Amino acid sequence: MRFVATTQQIKGRNKTLNKKRLLTSLLAIASSTVLIAGCSSSGTSEEAAPAEESAVYQGPVGDTPGTINILAWPGYAEDGSTDPAVDWVTPFEKESGCEVNVKTYGTSDEAVQLMQSGGYDVISASGDASLRLIYGGDLQPVNLDLIPNYADIFDNLKDRPWNTVDGLNYGVPHGRGANVLQYTIGKVDPAPDSWSLVWEANSPVAGKITAYDSAIYIADAAVYLMSTKPELGITDPYALDQTQFDAAMELLKQQKPLVGEYWADYTKYIEAVQSGSIVAGTSWQVIANVLNGEKETVGAVKPKEGATGWSDTWMISKNVEAVDCAYKWLNWIIKPEVNAQAAEWFGEAPANSKACALTANKDHCKLYHAEETDYWSNVYYWKTPTETCLDGRTDVKCVPYSEWVKAWSSFRSA
Amino acid sequence: MSTNSLAKVQQYLHKNIKARITALLLLPMTWLVVIYLGSLAALFITSIWTVDDFTNKVIRTFTLENFIEILSDRAYLNVTIRTLLIAASVTILCALIAIPMSFFMARVVSPKLRPVLIALAITPLWASYLVKIYAWRTMMSPESGFLTWLLSPFGIKSPGYGLVSVVLALTYLWLPYMIIPIYAGMERLPNSILDASSDLGAKPFKTFFKVVLPLTYPAIIAGSIFTFSLSMGDYIAVQIVGGTFQMLGNVVYQNFALDLPFSAAVALIPVIVMVLYLTLIRKSGALENL
Repeated sequence: MRFVATTQQIKGRNKTLNKKRLLTSLLAIASSTVLIAGCSSSGTSEEAAPAEESAVYQGPVGDTPGTINILAWPGYAEDGSTDPAVDWVTPFEKESGCEVNVKTYGTSDEAVQLMQSGGYDVISASGDASLRLIYGGDLQPVNLDLIPNYADIFDNLKDRPWNTVDGLNYGVPHGRGANVLQYTIGKVDPAPDSWSLVWEANSPVAGKITAYDSAIYIADAAVYLMSTKPELGITDPYALDQTQFDAAMELLKQQKPLVGEYWADYTKYIEAVQSGSIVAGTSWQVIANVLNGEKETVGAVKPKEGATGWSDTWMISKNVEAVDCAYKWLNWIIKPEVNAQAAEWFGEAPANSKACALTANKDHCKLYHAEETDYWSNVYYWKTPTETCLDGRTDVKCVPYSEWVKAWSSFRSA
Repeated sequence: MSTNSLAKVQQYLHKNIKARITALLLLPMTWLVVIYLGSLAALFITSIWTVDDFTNKVIRTFTLENFIEILSDRAYLNVTIRTLLIAASVTILCALIAIPMSFFMARVVSPKLRPVLIALAITPLWASYLVKIYAWRTMMSPESGFLTWLLSPFGIKSPGYGLVSVVLALTYLWLPYMIIPIYAGMERLPNSILDASSDLGAKPFKTFFKVVLPLTYPAIIAGSIFTFSLSMGDYIAVQIVGGTFQMLGNVVYQNFALDLPFSAAVALIPVIVMVLYLTLIRKSGALENL
């Protein structure tokens, strides 16, 4: 049971990319539909601006019944359809009188696209999606006074740049994880404590290194540069000016000959580690747990330089109709019992401090470092890089995410 | 009443040949024009649009920036050349394997065995693409794969994941598409021509190269269209056995959620290549003989 759950979890965290690949043949057909849909959607670009303070719902949260459509990472809003024993949507429906429809998505980019297409009321967004949605005007600020369980959220998750803009909160934190350095025990000796293992040209495991196959991985290069090239002055790996960005791309190019494969598909990653073609690289705690299912074969550390990570937030659409239900859901999903259940199913650190006492595996929070404040101090959660530097610099323009994607696409194709 | 009107329709169709043809072709033509050409047109139109940098929404204004980006970035030229080389290698390998195989099946073995051999040749098509490609992944694994086991006693290193693996895997995947047309072409050859060749003193090899091959050339071309276009568009095999390499399809996949117009522009490259390829083939006259 434990293993089943864990596998399910990564399926979720892996953003079901592989599921998407399974559906490639459908994709080919669907792409034409997408194109046609593209024609019919509004052509004018809406003014990108976050909401006004007056948009905050003043409450009170009543008992109006309604329907909410939830857009979530797989594993975040389970209604028993994956596993009858895993269900925190049905109890919510019974208690609140609200009807819930869940739609899962595979990547942050897909989430943004779906949210923009409309029809969804509540979304669980990672930091690299949330800002795009906030500035795209798709969300409404959330009145946290109406969400009693918010008080129990870990303080270091509150009022952070990916969930709070201009002093307005846009949601409640769900859970978080770090992108760790995973190594095969026995193949990498001694155990590494630095990302230099995967970045430096003289790496002892050259050719057997893996890296995450997404533009957001550029931030991992920036994290390493923060400690190896302090003269670049990087303080936030998601706020890179052109010089800093170029240095990160240089580092990635230096790494490319060392890389055996880039990964975005967890099954492929696990198989590569098991067959020995990959022995070191960036990973998620939950992948390491699966690999260590029978026997301790890999180690997972957060190196001394720090690491990138994710922190997900439940947010409400600007156009929500059943606003009472939306607020009730936000309060429900971060309730200690539910948060514990969801975090454990998914394999990440819960956001609610009281959830740790309620997990089925009593070591869960320890395993995922949920309660250690120090652990998270150098974890740089995914954020969407914007032209306005996220680290507060105003004398220079930063490289926006669209340029990251272009650079990544070109880098991978070269 | 209804029998009466049915008879009227029959009468009308009987008299009017244009109506008959229209009725017959309406559905397939709708499919061809709306679904097939329509989506190609949509692809083309999308490629001259752009997206909002931050929200990734498509902005429908005319711009050539996607094409300028593709042409100005050396990486995209590289990926195009790489894709072409892979497609060409796969096509040549498939032809090299399929020609003798088809000849054997069509002309050498007894007619009773032919259906069995044909069935065997196409059995790989019964298995899922993903199953086959993951099997190749296991076989090509640089550490514990079948090829490593096979080659290491001779001191040869397995190619591991990379372009060689992609070419091998795609050759395996598309081989039936090459065998079937060539087999059909060779089976159609009249015996009299082969007899005439040997009567005139040609040795079997000479007959094969001077008579059989030129006559089955259109069939080989037909097979090459399949293997070449299927390889051009593939992006899964290269993800699974290609190591860090990418093909054109990967670029499309990588960008389609964030920058649909750019993806559309990249997707036009294989379309252009195939149009050029078909034009060349048409010029050579092979299409008329299919």
